[in-house]
Amino acid sequence: MKKSVAIAGNSGPKVRSDCEIVLEIGSGGGIIIELISKVKVLYGESIKNLVAEIFDFFGIKHAVVKINDSGALPFVIAARLESAVKQLIKTDLDYLPGFLKENSYSTTRDRFRFSRLYLPGNTPGLMINAGLHSADGIILDLEDSVAPEKKDEARILVRNALRQINFCGAERMVRINQGERGLEDLHFVIPHNVNLVLLPKCESSEYIKQVENEIEGIKSKLNLKDHVFLMPIIESALGIENSFEIARGSENIVAVAIGLEDYTADLGVSRTAEGKESFYARTRLVVAAKAAGIQPIDSVFSDVTDMEALKQNVLVSKSLGFEGMGCIHPRQIPIIKQGFAPDGNEIEKSKKIILAFEAAKLKGLGVVALGSKMIDPPVVARAQKIIDLAVRLDLLSSDWMNEIPPVEK
Amino acid sequence: MPTKTVINAAGRSVPLEINGQPVVPYKGVGKHKPEGRKYSPPIPTCSDYPEDGNKVVNSLEEALRKCGIGDGMTISTHHHLRDGDLVSNKVFELASAMGVKDLIWFPSASFPCNDPVINYLDNGTINRIEGSMNGPLGRYVSEGRMKGTAVLRSHGGRVQAIQDGEVRIDIAVLAAPTADSFGNAKGTGGTSACGVLGYAKADYMYASKVVVVTDNLVDLPCVPMEIEGNYVDYVVVVDKIGIPEKIVSGTTQITKSPDRLLIAELTASFLEKSGILKDGVTIQAGAGGTSLAIAVFVHEILKNKRWKSKFGFGGSTKYMVKMLEEGQMGFILDAQAFDLDSVKSIENNPNHVPYPVFNAYNYHSKGNLTSLMDIMILGATEVDLNFNGNVVTHSDGYLLHGIGGWQNCLHARNVILPIPLFRDRIPVIVDEVTTLCGPGELIDVIITERGIAINPLRQDLIESVKGSGLPIKTIKELKDEAEKICGIPEKPQFEDEIVAAVKWVDGTVIDVVRKIKVR
Repeated sequence: MKKSVAIAGNSGPKVRSDCEIVLEIGSGGGIIIELISKVKVLYGESIKNLVAEIFDFFGIKHAVVKINDSGALPFVIAARLESAVKQLIKTDLDYLPGFLKENSYSTTRDRFRFSRLYLPGNTPGLMINAGLHSADGIILDLEDSVAPEKKDEARILVRNALRQINFCGAERMVRINQGERGLEDLHFVIPHNVNLVLLPKCESSEYIKQVENEIEGIKSKLNLKDHVFLMPIIESALGIENSFEIARGSENIVAVAIGLEDYTADLGVSRTAEGKESFYARTRLVVAAKAAGIQPIDSVFSDVTDMEALKQNVLVSKSLGFEGMGCIHPRQIPIIKQGFAPDGNEIEKSKKIILAFEAAKLKGLGVVALGSKMIDPPVVARAQKIIDLAVRLDLLSSDWMNEIPPVEK
Repeated sequence: MPTKTVINAAGRSVPLEINGQPVVPYKGVGKHKPEGRKYSPPIPTCSDYPEDGNKVVNSLEEALRKCGIGDGMTISTHHHLRDGDLVSNKVFELASAMGVKDLIWFPSASFPCNDPVINYLDNGTINRIEGSMNGPLGRYVSEGRMKGTAVLRSHGGRVQAIQDGEVRIDIAVLAAPTADSFGNAKGTGGTSACGVLGYAKADYMYASKVVVVTDNLVDLPCVPMEIEGNYVDYVVVVDKIGIPEKIVSGTTQITKSPDRLLIAELTASFLEKSGILKDGVTIQAGAGGTSLAIAVFVHEILKNKRWKSKFGFGGSTKYMVKMLEEGQMGFILDAQAFDLDSVKSIENNPNHVPYPVFNAYNYHSKGNLTSLMDIMILGATEVDLNFNGNVVTHSDGYLLHGIGGWQNCLHARNVILPIPLFRDRIPVIVDEVTTLCGPGELIDVIITERGIAINPLRQDLIESVKGSGLPIKTIKELKDEAEKICGIPEKPQFEDEIVAAVKWVDGTVIDVVRKIKVR
C-alpha cells in the first residue's frame, strides 16, 4: 500500500536543533503549515517561507505539514522536509542548500590523522559546532550510530551538513554503511566534497574495489577532480587475517583503522581495559599498515568521562605504533592529539642523537656514540622521524640545528 | 490612562510614575545621588516583648494576625531556600484564606516552586510582585495578567529601595534553618540548612514587623546570629521550611557540553593571556555549569603558576571551596552557598566568611565590594552591538529571569560574559537589547565559542591580548557570524502597556518591559 503520511526528523524533550515533520500530500486545499517552535517569534516567518520554497521546488501544490521544531537550522529543516517528501513521491530532484566556500578544500595523503571526531549522522545538534574543537578529521557517520529506520533521512541530513556546516579545516570524512547500502550512500556524499570515506567492517580488498569504482563513476560524471581517500576499518578476525591485502587494496587508502568492539565480539571475548585480547590484532594491523606505507589508526576509547584512562590508552597505542585514534567526544581530542605528538623528552633525545650523528659524520667517523652508548643507523632514522614530526607539529623549528647555542653544539 | 513617558539617559522610553508612585528616569552610571536620611522603621519598645525572651507563637497564621496583616501591605521573603522553599507560598495561602487583598510581594528572588502564587495573583490576594520573575510567573506578567506593574531590582537595588523608603516592608517573613525562641537565627544546622542568610539582612532591619519561621528551634543563643533576635517580633516553628534536596544541590556540576567547555577554556586562556589572572587576583563567578568549568580551569592555572587568589566572593561552590582548601584562595566572602560542600565549608572553615549582599552590593554602602573584584564572570540572555546587556527577558520578549546580583557585579574591574554565540537557533548578540539591564560601558568582554569581543572602551585589554593567538573579533563580526548560521531573526512585537519596570542599582528606571503582543 502506498504511504500517505510521512514522518521525518526528531522531536522530544531532549531533542535540540532538530525538528520533526509530519507530512501529508493531498490533491486539494493548498499548502497548510502548522508550526510549533520555540523560536516561532524570531524565525516563524522564515521557516514558513523555507517550507513553501521547498514545496514549490518539488512541485507540490497541496499538502498539510506539521512541524515540531526545537530550533533547527534551515539546512536541517530542509533535510527533514525533503526526507518526508521523498517518502511520498518519486523524484530525482535534490533540494541543495548553498555550499559554504570555507569547505572547498582538499587534503593530502600524509596529513596527520591523530584525532577524528565521530558524529552520529542523524543528530544535527552535535554537528553545528563540531568544527570548533580542532579535530584532525570530522566523521559524519551513516553506519552504526544511525538507527536502521533513520538511515534514509540521515543521508540527506549528512549531505546538507557537508554543504552547510563549517568544518574549519578538519578533514571531511563520512563513514558509509556496509555492502549495497554503502555504495548508495556514496551518491549522497561524494558530490559534496568529501575528503575521505571510511569503510566499516572490511574483510577483503574486493569491496574496496567496488567502492572505488562507484566513487570514480560519480567523480567522472560530475567532473570532480579532488582526491577522495579511503580508510578501511577492520573489525573481525577475518579482516585482521587479511589486513595487509586490505591495506594495499587501493592507492587511495591512506590509513587503516581497527574497531575493537566488533573484533572482540567476533572472537567471543570481552574487551578489557588492559587489551590483552586484542594485542595480536592491534600489532598485526600496525605491521600491515606500515608495510603498506599507510597510517595505522586505533579504536575509539569509549569512557568519555575518564580522561586519565584515555591518556594511558593513548600512550599504549602510540607505543604499539598507531598514529591516531577515533574520538567520540570533543573533550578527547586534545588528549589524543597531545598523546600522539612527540613529547619534550623524546624531542630532546632525538635532537642529541641527530647532533651526535652529524658530528660523527663531519669527523668522518663510521661509528656514532652518545655518551657511552653506540648509536646504530636505525636509531638515527627513528630520531629523524620524531624530529620531522615535531617540526610538522610546530613543536620544533625547522631550523632547530642552527638555533642551538654554539657551546652546546 | 496612558502614563507619561520620557527618554532616559540610556535612550529608553520610561514612565515618570509606576504603580502610582513617582519614579526617577535613569541618569547614567553613578549620577543619581539621593540626599537626606535613610528610611527608618517604626520605633519598638523592648518592654512590649516577653520578659522571658520567648517569642514563639502557635502558627504562622497567628504571627501574621499579630503583625496586623491587612490589605495593600508589603510582604517580604528571602530566597535562601531556593526551589525548596515551603514558606513564601504558605504566607499567601494564609492571607488568601483570611481574605486579605492587594498585597505586594517583595521577594529577594522567586523560583519555579513559587509558581502557585499565580493563584493568589489571580484571586486578588497579591496585587503585584516586586522582585524576580521566572518561568511561568514571567510568562504571566509578560502577558499582562498581573494587576499591578512588576518592579525588577538587583539584589543591591533591593537594599537601596528599602533604605530609600521606596519599598516599605510591613511584614518580613524570614525562613531560618536554625533559630532560637528570641529570634536569633542562622542558615546552617537542622535539616533545611542553606548555608548563609545574607539576603535577609535589610528585611529584618527595616521591616515594621519580622517573623522568623524555623523547623529547627534550638536553645538560646543560636550562634552565629545571622539574624539578630532584637529585630524579631515573632518566631514560628513548623515541621518543614523546605525540601532539602531542592535547597542546595547536593553537588553542583560543571557543564558536560563540549561547546560550553570550549567557552570556559577560552575564558581561562583569555584571563591568563590578558594578565587579568595574576597572583593576588580577586575572583567572582557564579554557579552555572560554564562558570564552574571556568573555576576549574582557573584553579589549574593558579596551581601551575603557584599563584594565590586573595579572596573570592561567593555564591560559593565546591570548586571555590577546593581552591580555598588547597591553598589557591585566601578567603571566601560569601552571600550564598550553592552546594553541600560550601555549606560544610562555611560551618567549619574560619576563612569562609558570610558576607551579606547588604554590604557587598548596596548602592548606599560606603564603598563597593564588587569594584574590588578583578574577575567577574556573568551571563546574559542578550548583548547588543554597544555591549549593553539584558538578563530579564529573552529575545522573544518574555520575562524569564530576575536580575539577581548581575547589575551590582557590573562594577567589577573586568566584567566578562562567557556566553554561547547562539542558543539553539537564537543569536545572543543583537542590534539592540530587547530590555536594557546594564549599560555597555560596564561590560568589558564577551567570550563565545566562536570568538572573543572586547569593548572598544577597553583599549588596555585589546592591547594586552595582541599577538596572543586568541580569536579576537569585533562584536559586529560575532553577530554577523551567528546570523550567517541562524538567519536574521524577526523582532518580538509589544503592546504599549508596561508590565514591568527595570530599576538600575540606584533606584532609577533604566528600562521597562511591555506586554507581549500575541500573534
